[in-house]
Amino acid sequence: MDRIPILKLGNFLLVTIQVDMYDQLAIALQDDLTSKIVQAGAKGVLIDISSLEVVDSFMGRMLANISEMTRVLDANTVVVGMRPAVAITLVELGLSLPGVQTALSVDKGMALLNAMREERPSEGLGEREPGAA
Amino acid sequence: MARPDSSYLLELLNRSSDEILRDWTANQFRNPRLRPELLRESELRDQSSTFLESLRTAISNIEQRQGDLTNILLQEWNETKQLLETISRSRSQKGFTPSETAGLIFSLKQSLFSRIRAELRESPDQLYQEISQANAVLDMLALFTTEVFQRSREQIIARQQEEMLELSTPVVKLWDRILALPMIGTLDSARTQVVMESLLQKIVETGSEVAIIDITGVPTVDTLVAQHLLKTVSAARLMGADCIISGIRPQIAQTMVHLAVDLSNVTTKATLADAFLVALERLGHIPEVRRREEPTPGKKPETAGFFGTQATRKIA
Repeated sequence: MDRIPILKLGNFLLVTIQVDMYDQLAIALQDDLTSKIVQAGAKGVLIDISSLEVVDSFMGRMLANISEMTRVLDANTVVVGMRPAVAITLVELGLSLPGVQTALSVDKGMALLNAMREERPSEGLGEREPGAA
Repeated sequence: MARPDSSYLLELLNRSSDEILRDWTANQFRNPRLRPELLRESELRDQSSTFLESLRTAISNIEQRQGDLTNILLQEWNETKQLLETISRSRSQKGFTPSETAGLIFSLKQSLFSRIRAELRESPDQLYQEISQANAVLDMLALFTTEVFQRSREQIIARQQEEMLELSTPVVKLWDRILALPMIGTLDSARTQVVMESLLQKIVETGSEVAIIDITGVPTVDTLVAQHLLKTVSAARLMGADCIISGIRPQIAQTMVHLAVDLSNVTTKATLADAFLVALERLGHIPEVRRREEPTPGKKPETAGFFGTQATRKIA
């Protein structure tokens, strides 16, 4: 069976979805990703869906689920590069994914992950600015 | 039922079309609702004489063929219909009302009928028959002008609708990574779809992170429009861009609250300028503006203090 590769980039994991998703693949991705987060102690997950052209409600729910799972595992998720047609479809399906962070490109997603990490003092005890209250 | 004989009508038109025309135009000029500012006298006279002539030709052709005069679908009427179409269309463009347009033909009745009555005074049966036939023919033609009038109006409306759709959705780039979408006119599902698609497409093309939707030009906001707006905002957010809604007029703010539209997740600003400022700040194009303590009469000192503390906190 196909697997979607999960790449480790520093403290973050990068998932690039470049094939059409089917349900089996999505479930496998959930399994792989959660175990990889625990194994690598990742603090953020970046999911690039810029090549994804077709979504259904299952895919939408899967994105929400993954985001929630990573949050439980104390990591942030950013979904990047969603196409206009995909965004419209999801909204029309009533899935506006309120808990999911989004960004326009991988670049901006990375910046967002870094910013979120700095905002949470519990994750960056060592990097804390000395002057901050 | 025997076909009504139109030979008398034809003969009458042949014999005394000049007198009828004179009488008819005089009638029209006497009409207080004649609009000399819209239609010149010579033009009206021209139209009347051409119409009478074409009416005579049509009746004569139909009479030869023994056809039914009151059937407007006969091809003998085509010429007359074309003439009436031209007149009716030009009148609708000039701003006449439909009844004024049909009045052109109704006013012919008076002169025609008085002549028939004068000639057939002795035989009431024939008088009735001729008048009712002429009446039927003229009614049919007058109804036709109204129809054309309406059709040409509808064409104008359809054209304007198309034009409105074309100019309705400009997406403007205001600054690096800031888009603006000034919405004008009533929002319906079809238009919102177009607006949403062009906005999202532009977000991808320009890599913009903030989109300002300005609804100054939207006359009313009901639940449907609000829902469309929220959909657009959610779709943009899914793509990774923030939306700010600006240009909310006082009445619209009231309506939205009364309708219980939930805008708590959306940044809203009163004017496009405010929204633009927020966008510039958010993207770090300008440092956060330290708001001046304006000596506005109603402003309480606490408010100024609040802004002051915020500014201090940012520096620290």
